[in-house]
Amino acid sequence: MSITHLEQLSSSLQNILESKLVSIDEQFGELTAVVRPEDMLSVSELLRDRVELNFDTLIDLCGIDYIAYGRSDSLEINEKPGQNGTRFAVIYHLLSVENNNRLRVKVFAGDDVFPVVDSVIGTWPAVNWFEREAFDLFGIVFTGHPDLRRILTDYGFIGNPFRKDFPITGNVEMRYDAEQKRVIYQPVSIEPREITPHVIRETGYGDGG
Amino acid sequence: MAEIRNYTMNFGPQHPAAHGVLRLVMELDGEVILRADPHIGLLHRGTEKLAENKTFLQSVPYMDRLDYVSMMSNEHAYVMAIEKLLKIEVPLRAQYIRVMFDEITRILNHLLWIGAHGLDVGAMTIFLYAFREREDLMDCYEAVSGARLHAAYYRPGGVYRDLPDTMPQYESSKIHNVKQTKKRNENREGSLLDFIDDFASRFPALVDEYETLLTDNRIWKQRLVDIGIVSPERAKALGFTGPMLRGSGVEWDLRKKQPYEVYDKLDFDVPVGVNGDCYDRYLVRMEEFRQSSRIIKQCVEWLQKNPGPVMSENHKVAPPSRVGMKQNMEEMIHHFKLFTEGFHVPPGEAYVAVEHPKGEFGIYLVSDGANKPYRLKIRAPGFAHLAGIDEMSRGHMIADLVTIIGTQDIVFGEIDR
Repeated sequence: MSITHLEQLSSSLQNILESKLVSIDEQFGELTAVVRPEDMLSVSELLRDRVELNFDTLIDLCGIDYIAYGRSDSLEINEKPGQNGTRFAVIYHLLSVENNNRLRVKVFAGDDVFPVVDSVIGTWPAVNWFEREAFDLFGIVFTGHPDLRRILTDYGFIGNPFRKDFPITGNVEMRYDAEQKRVIYQPVSIEPREITPHVIRETGYGDGG
Repeated sequence: MAEIRNYTMNFGPQHPAAHGVLRLVMELDGEVILRADPHIGLLHRGTEKLAENKTFLQSVPYMDRLDYVSMMSNEHAYVMAIEKLLKIEVPLRAQYIRVMFDEITRILNHLLWIGAHGLDVGAMTIFLYAFREREDLMDCYEAVSGARLHAAYYRPGGVYRDLPDTMPQYESSKIHNVKQTKKRNENREGSLLDFIDDFASRFPALVDEYETLLTDNRIWKQRLVDIGIVSPERAKALGFTGPMLRGSGVEWDLRKKQPYEVYDKLDFDVPVGVNGDCYDRYLVRMEEFRQSSRIIKQCVEWLQKNPGPVMSENHKVAPPSRVGMKQNMEEMIHHFKLFTEGFHVPPGEAYVAVEHPKGEFGIYLVSDGANKPYRLKIRAPGFAHLAGIDEMSRGHMIADLVTIIGTQDIVFGEIDR
């Protein structure tokens, strides 16, 4: 994909989406468009149906928790979350098989405590399980999804494991209890530990000064 | 008249055709499937969360364990994502080695698929044939990385080491006498490249052998033709990629459309299906066997002529040589820093996709400038395919469901992550 090709896509996105497009930027030959959560549903239809864009395939959807972004010590929680002042974002990776284009769409979920984004299942049926996964792992609610159940975690699981404030050891562990003659859950006995610390160095570190 | 009620039945997780740990809750009308609801996650290990707590290099072996029948393709997407963020160049020889092993991996994956698919549908012999060839290819894995399955061979900046000059040989035993062993070692006399070259030369004939077993076999066709038809529009809407999309007649292959590494310098064709049923997907994969051996041949030819480095010279990312490390203070510091703190990846986000044997395998990597990924999302092709099983199996019999699971080439390591 040449740069002119990307510029062309970028300008047709700006023409079609107009004010619905919050920002668009290019990095490593990939386009990232930021869209407000309330516009996502109408934007998704435009992205799929307009001939110049024609994003017929949704490759991936994932959630992200920005709360610890840019912090050296990952156990510390950011007071002002990473990007845009919003904690959660949903990231869509779109592909146009017809035009051979890729696009990343980012939607920052408005509320940090109860993130809600409209489901795009009507536009791309492939999103079904991906939205269930983001709901399961991050607790992002997709309104309009017909079957928003947990998908990867255990039946009866509590919590959203991929949030940054969820410990990597988890909260409960499972064992067989000989007295009760069944498998029981109990609080984890593993101490949290960090083998290699999460470090961010200042720019130019190690370049020899 | 008695009221007729639909059955709800469990398929798996301990069903031999469930390919691991698939639990399907099916709603049946007699033997006809009205709804299939897959329950996944029984193999969920939280790879993405674990990767956030490890340095970039420490997560490479985790990639092997995603789709554990196409190990090196998974690593490939991961190391390419890191290289994109770091903006480092990979030596050309390393790129050829990677492409060659990607195609070896494709053959490995498809061999397991044809064996398992055959067994599911009732063809026993093909499994034995396929595993005979898998053995040779796993020897290549072992020769190059020391491990038959979980190689951890691709590293950010290149590959772990250059191809070996010798191929390990069989030793005679009670079962194989000296004469037999000599015959078994015939193609192992030279280097690894000679062995791979010999394999790529004889493999197309072996694919013909598989085809004599299956392609015109009446039972095989009765089980596969017109089962699980997906139209090209539906395939795209459901997020299908790889042979699942090509089987429906869409000519889409990342190796051609968005070439990475040296695929644009190699000559190969992309097979597509016509009807989008299980039989067409079978034919597509059979042709991919032949195309892969074509690519391997070209890579071997290039690699034999062009020696050179296989790892980037940038010692902020790639480890220095052992000799350099012991003679040069700076190299030693680099080595120490690399294997304690790890390298730092500049802030940014990148998505890299490779044409994995099963479809599009993508890595979405977000870095905040630390020595660990901030977020790693693994886009597994099987995840989207399995989500489509409900639509593909509706109106079919339970026995056809087994065929559909087989044709989707499901591996739970990547779906559950």
